[in-house]
Amino acid sequence: MTIDALSGVLVIPALSACVLAALPGYRLTSVLNVVAALLTLLTALSLFVVEPASGSYLLVDDLNKVFIVLTTFVAFTTSVFSASYIGHEIEIGRLKPGYVRFYHAMYQLLMFAMNLALVANNIGLMWVAIELATLTTVLMVGIYRTHEALEAAWKYFILGSVGIALALFGTILVYMAARPVTGEGLDAMVWTVLITQAAKFDPALLDVAFVFLLLGYGTKVGLAPLHAWLPDAHAEGPTPISAVLSGLLLNVALYALLRFKMLLALNPAAIAPGPLMAIMGLISCVFAAFMLYRRRDIKRMFAYSSIEHMGIIVFAFGMGGPLANFAGLLHMSMHSLTKSAIFFAVGHIAQVKGTQKIADMGGLTVTHPVLGWGLVLGVVAIAGLPPLGIFMSEFLVVSSTFSRQPWLVMILVFAILVALGGLFLRLNTIAFGEPRGPTAPAEASYVPMFAHLAIVFVAGIYLPPPLVSGFQNVARLLG
Amino acid sequence: MPALVFDIAHLLAGSLVVMSFVQLYQDRLSALINVFAVHALVLALSVAWQAFAQGAPHLYITAAIALVFKAIIIPVALRRIMVQLGIHREIEVVVGVGPAMLLGIGLVALAMVVMLRVTAEADPLAREDLAFALSVVLLGLLMMVTRRNAVSQVIGFMSLENGLVLAATGAKGMPLVVEISVAFSVLIAFIVIGIFLFRIRERFDTVDMQALDKFRGERR
Repeated sequence: MTIDALSGVLVIPALSACVLAALPGYRLTSVLNVVAALLTLLTALSLFVVEPASGSYLLVDDLNKVFIVLTTFVAFTTSVFSASYIGHEIEIGRLKPGYVRFYHAMYQLLMFAMNLALVANNIGLMWVAIELATLTTVLMVGIYRTHEALEAAWKYFILGSVGIALALFGTILVYMAARPVTGEGLDAMVWTVLITQAAKFDPALLDVAFVFLLLGYGTKVGLAPLHAWLPDAHAEGPTPISAVLSGLLLNVALYALLRFKMLLALNPAAIAPGPLMAIMGLISCVFAAFMLYRRRDIKRMFAYSSIEHMGIIVFAFGMGGPLANFAGLLHMSMHSLTKSAIFFAVGHIAQVKGTQKIADMGGLTVTHPVLGWGLVLGVVAIAGLPPLGIFMSEFLVVSSTFSRQPWLVMILVFAILVALGGLFLRLNTIAFGEPRGPTAPAEASYVPMFAHLAIVFVAGIYLPPPLVSGFQNVARLLG
Repeated sequence: MPALVFDIAHLLAGSLVVMSFVQLYQDRLSALINVFAVHALVLALSVAWQAFAQGAPHLYITAAIALVFKAIIIPVALRRIMVQLGIHREIEVVVGVGPAMLLGIGLVALAMVVMLRVTAEADPLAREDLAFALSVVLLGLLMMVTRRNAVSQVIGFMSLENGLVLAATGAKGMPLVVEISVAFSVLIAFIVIGIFLFRIRERFDTVDMQALDKFRGERR
């Protein structure tokens, strides 16, 4: 394999994982973790300058470039946040220094798995990569070794395993559908071959395959009613992992789903994949919006908010068409940035207050003004208030689909408003009101959080033309 | 000769479905582990036969993995776990044996109807295999939802996965089958080690919100 930017995004995290597994001392390893993530980000950015050739295993095109850059960027900022977060966890003795080595190795292994899933040109390889990503996150969710953490990890493990098992059955069926057309062997699993011949595949087999893929990868996207693992995994794992789960891993599973949607859309006799996705997205969104009201744990609340937003994104992609796809892509990017920023704030808040219970924290804007106002800004953004980026992308989702399905969009808007109410109800307790809990100053790194929020803020007002044309291009590809 | 090749493949795949049914009504854990070992043995034979019939020597590796790992190592490990955790009494069955069998028959009928209808043009060997494989997958899922004990849930997951391996080997010339079966073995090894290390006895009920709330402190 020649060393170019494409293999670079895989080799750097894989090598770093090995190195980090061998090195002791958390200060050194957390710096190295940041450096490795930065190098991966720079390599990913170079994909825009020189586009490497795609082979039969790896591929780079306009669609996955967007995902790779988003993934590596959030992975980099999260590694910066993780360095200060982990430092604090060791100080208070919640995490043993021995586990930190393991944690950093797993972090890089997760980056490797996600990048592999994104650049895989082979549907079997993509499946293996998503399985690897699941395994590494399971291990990290259970890292605190408390009863709750193990329970969350176990639940995630079992549901995730069933999900990926179903996805594998779907993958096998796609191979069966492709085999008579492309011939036996590797070609029938290569994405670039499949997409050119999709019109000739057996439509009935593709239909069944898509149902399995939707259920399988849908479990990993966190679509209701397959979402049960998601809130526990977010609440019990270390907060950097919650940020990566919400901001990135859900997107990677969504990416797999989008690939197969493109395949089905090219076959005129197969079922339209869009309506299925739109309905599942809508159900998730409504369900999660109501679930926001009864939450007592801050991380679980934002996990439900992730389900809500994944619902909106899947709805947008399900509706299809260049405009809705554009809105979906924009919303996905904005959600990744905003949600990880929120988790950065939440991580430090939970550390200074020593709890994740909403009832035990209060008046944050008084006791910890920077963290408090950062969280307020994040929640304002995630609730979709103008002028921030999520308002813009939600507005685009609604306006691009309203003329086609006014009733469905009405339900969507209703769910967004319900979610807004739920979020502000809790935010009021956390950020304002009487100060509660410890008031010791936070040793936090604010840069990643405010960097994300600044991007989201700017994106709400002004999108640079190259970005817009790039997204439009991808939106057309998605059909 | 092709008729004989087909008949034997059919017989082995059919036996796998029968073994899945046998698993459904086992109410003792040790018996369940034995049945699972036979399940894996039948899978190994079936995969080996496919390797012979398709002239695909790499499938013998998959067969060997099924035989050594799933039919021998895993059952032995599960038996040790059972003794260590002290759970060799009866299994808690959520749905009774009768309804479970009826549901199972319904699922097999569903699998047959769906797969035989959509694969009308595929070659008969792959077609029947796929229908049986989907039956095994669905029966595995049924087993996972009807049992509460973590060990029997894992056995349900493993028989589900046996169905997937059957499907993958039945799809003639499918690449990466060996890699996928290795990936799955790693997954299963992790699950079994997880049970052993963390002494997980019961499934954490996902349906019962009351129990969840209590665990999580959601109600304060």
